Amino acid sequence: MNMIQALNSALDVMLERDPKVLIFGQDVGYFGGVFRVTDGLQARHGLTRCFDAPITEGGIVGAAIGMGAYGLRPVVEIQFADYIYPAYDQIVSEAAKLRYRSAGQFTAPLTVRSPYGGGIFGGQTHSQSPESLFTHIAGLKVVIPSNPHDAKGLLIAAIEDDDPVIFLEPKRIYNGPFEGWRDRPVSSWAGHPQAEVPEGYYAIPLGQAAIARGGEAVTVLAYGTMVHVALAAAAHCGIDAEVIDLRTLVPLDIETITESVRKTGRCVIVHEAPLTSGFGAELSALVQERCFYHLEAPIVRVTGWDTPYPHALEWDYFPGPERVAEALRHALSGEAV
Amino acid sequence: MTSASRPNKPVLSLHVPEPPRRPGEAPDFSGLILAEAGAVARPPVHAPAETLRDLPWTLIRVLDGQGRAVGPWNPGLDPETLTAGLKAMILTRTFDERMYRAQRQGKTSFYMKCTGEEAIACAQAGVLRREDMGFPTYRQQGLLIARGYPLVDMMHQIYSNAADPIKGRQLPIMYSSRAYGFFTISGNLGTQLPQAVGWAMASAYSGDDKIASAWIGDGATAEGDFHQALTFASVYRAPVLLNIVNNQWAISSFAGIAGAENTTFAAKGLAYGLPSLRVDGNDFLAVHAATAWAAERARSNLGATLIEFFTYRAAQHSTSDDPARYRPGDEAALWPLGDPIQRLKAHMIHEGIWSDGDHQSAEHEAQEAVRAAAREAEAVGTLGQSKVSSRTLFEDVFAQPDWRLRRQRQQLGV
Ligand SMILES: Cc1ncc(C[n+]2csc(CCOP(=O)(O)OP(=O)(O)O)c2C)c(N)n1
Ligand SMILES: [Mg+2]
Repeated sequence: MNMIQALNSALDVMLERDPKVLIFGQDVGYFGGVFRVTDGLQARHGLTRCFDAPITEGGIVGAAIGMGAYGLRPVVEIQFADYIYPAYDQIVSEAAKLRYRSAGQFTAPLTVRSPYGGGIFGGQTHSQSPESLFTHIAGLKVVIPSNPHDAKGLLIAAIEDDDPVIFLEPKRIYNGPFEGWRDRPVSSWAGHPQAEVPEGYYAIPLGQAAIARGGEAVTVLAYGTMVHVALAAAAHCGIDAEVIDLRTLVPLDIETITESVRKTGRCVIVHEAPLTSGFGAELSALVQERCFYHLEAPIVRVTGWDTPYPHALEWDYFPGPERVAEALRHALSGEAV
Repeated sequence: MTSASRPNKPVLSLHVPEPPRRPGEAPDFSGLILAEAGAVARPPVHAPAETLRDLPWTLIRVLDGQGRAVGPWNPGLDPETLTAGLKAMILTRTFDERMYRAQRQGKTSFYMKCTGEEAIACAQAGVLRREDMGFPTYRQQGLLIARGYPLVDMMHQIYSNAADPIKGRQLPIMYSSRAYGFFTISGNLGTQLPQAVGWAMASAYSGDDKIASAWIGDGATAEGDFHQALTFASVYRAPVLLNIVNNQWAISSFAGIAGAENTTFAAKGLAYGLPSLRVDGNDFLAVHAATAWAAERARSNLGATLIEFFTYRAAQHSTSDDPARYRPGDEAALWPLGDPIQRLKAHMIHEGIWSDGDHQSAEHEAQEAVRAAAREAEAVGTLGQSKVSSRTLFEDVFAQPDWRLRRQRQQLGV
């Protein structure tokens, strides 16, 4: 399965298993979503299980909070993460804090799915990576899969989770594991080991990273599309990097990170979001706090620039394998950036 | 739950709106609120809002089925204005077709047409002054075209090439031209509406004579921004036109998902105390007349008007869309309010100021103009072949870049 089919399968399984699960969002009903993730679900499960929502992201998340508080498990789609901002108040002030402010009387067990990230010539309103706007908020979980197998298992775990989960889908790798080379042919998921997706139910617990590539020379922390870019970079420069796919940013698998950096003594952090206050800043602080005496080189971050996401200059913005390879070499040299 | 525990009511059930027809079925327009051409009275511009409350429930139309202009809303336009309007619509459609093909040929990443909706932007461009500020959506390219904005500059933007006036920053068609009264388009739906109200308030605050005009789709009226805009427009009596382009669809969602099962879009203005018109958007003369009425009100310091233009999105939502998956294929062809170009053409032929031959030459002229512009734009380059210098990536983030941007520019090596 490609990632779209894997996500569709997760939703299908959960609609089948749990009558409290329902799906809504813009164009997700009859049409099946602009990325086809909900294709066929309305026909199979009925009009009220998967339906279209008005174009009001605040309304969508607000309604999902009400449903969640009632006892349902709504899964809502925000068509592009760039359009999540009208829902930010509902997510930050409400979903994230319902449990705390009511001392557990009311909870918001909802899942907010949203395609994010660039590399598709989408310009500034179809390319952003807003994950750190959510990791900063107490009470929110943030999940980002990097392959079809994980996407299905993590989405099922997110739906079953009793707290609000922001589930960001790297749209650049919906159809294949994009390595970040702008001028090379892209591959599809067909034949990829992580495209082997079981038909039925399985959950991947939130908070467990995966080692995408074992290595000794340097630890790379990445998630989403950047996992594939990091793997390509390691292959490109022949450095024996250990690439850790975080899979969930909150809760974070700090043990796997710590163990790896203590082993390699070097750390490169890669994300597509801008540098300043990005999730890499948090990772860098954690690694420094926990691995300071093991570090043999300054931690290096490779990220998008502190600019809006451009259209024509997309490939100057996108932190591709060459920039990551450069950072790997840098980490090995031990010099400050 | 047993029936005994229910307080005497049927079991609740969730309502989810569905359009009357889906692919493979015959279109059904029986639910539409229409009216005969000429049937709606035209109140004086100074009429108090509370005397106008029936207007959102009918449809202002001027052109009848025989190509005659009838009734009190007939703006009585002279032949030059009509000819210019028709030519602008033809040029807009020709431009759209060419650029749609260009996207299909891989010359750019994305395109959106306004087919069937040309009358709205093209008629309004003639009523508003260039000093007024328009806050458009991505389907008001007709405003630029009708005002004579260079087609080649639109294409440079679409190709994101080195001559793009906005430096390749935005997705194709997200134009910006301060000089032509065209506010920078946002990809985020609805945001332009409160901004237009603010611009209009600034004009009033400054004792100026400019007004603002904003456009929003039927689907996007669900956003909070729409309601915020109406609140501000009403409270501060802002000199602004708030135009809803109801083309019946929001990507794959029919207007019922935006609330149209229960009311009209124009009627949303009533609760805010705003005069609200419902207008045949495929009728160039009705669009012109309603806009002139609302603009006159705004210029007379009487505040904002909400206008619903009733039309049909004949094209796909964008180059990424395939409407055959969600609506009957022939809905556009059977749309009861027809096609805006054909209707104005029929009227001008009826008036004896236009002929089939004139129409053919106008189409030919439009083809030539578009072809010439495309040749010029493609000589600069299509997407990826030509682009602004990489240095510009770091410009315009702030008026003055801080140390981070200077450093990041060095890291990129530019
Ligand atoms: C805030 C926001 N949410 C969602 C989208 C995605 N989107 C782009 S166009 C569109 C449909 C808009 O429909 P409508 O307002 O009726 O305008 P039309 O396209 O019909 O002209 C949607 C959902 C967006 N651009 N911005
Ligand atoms: Mg619409």
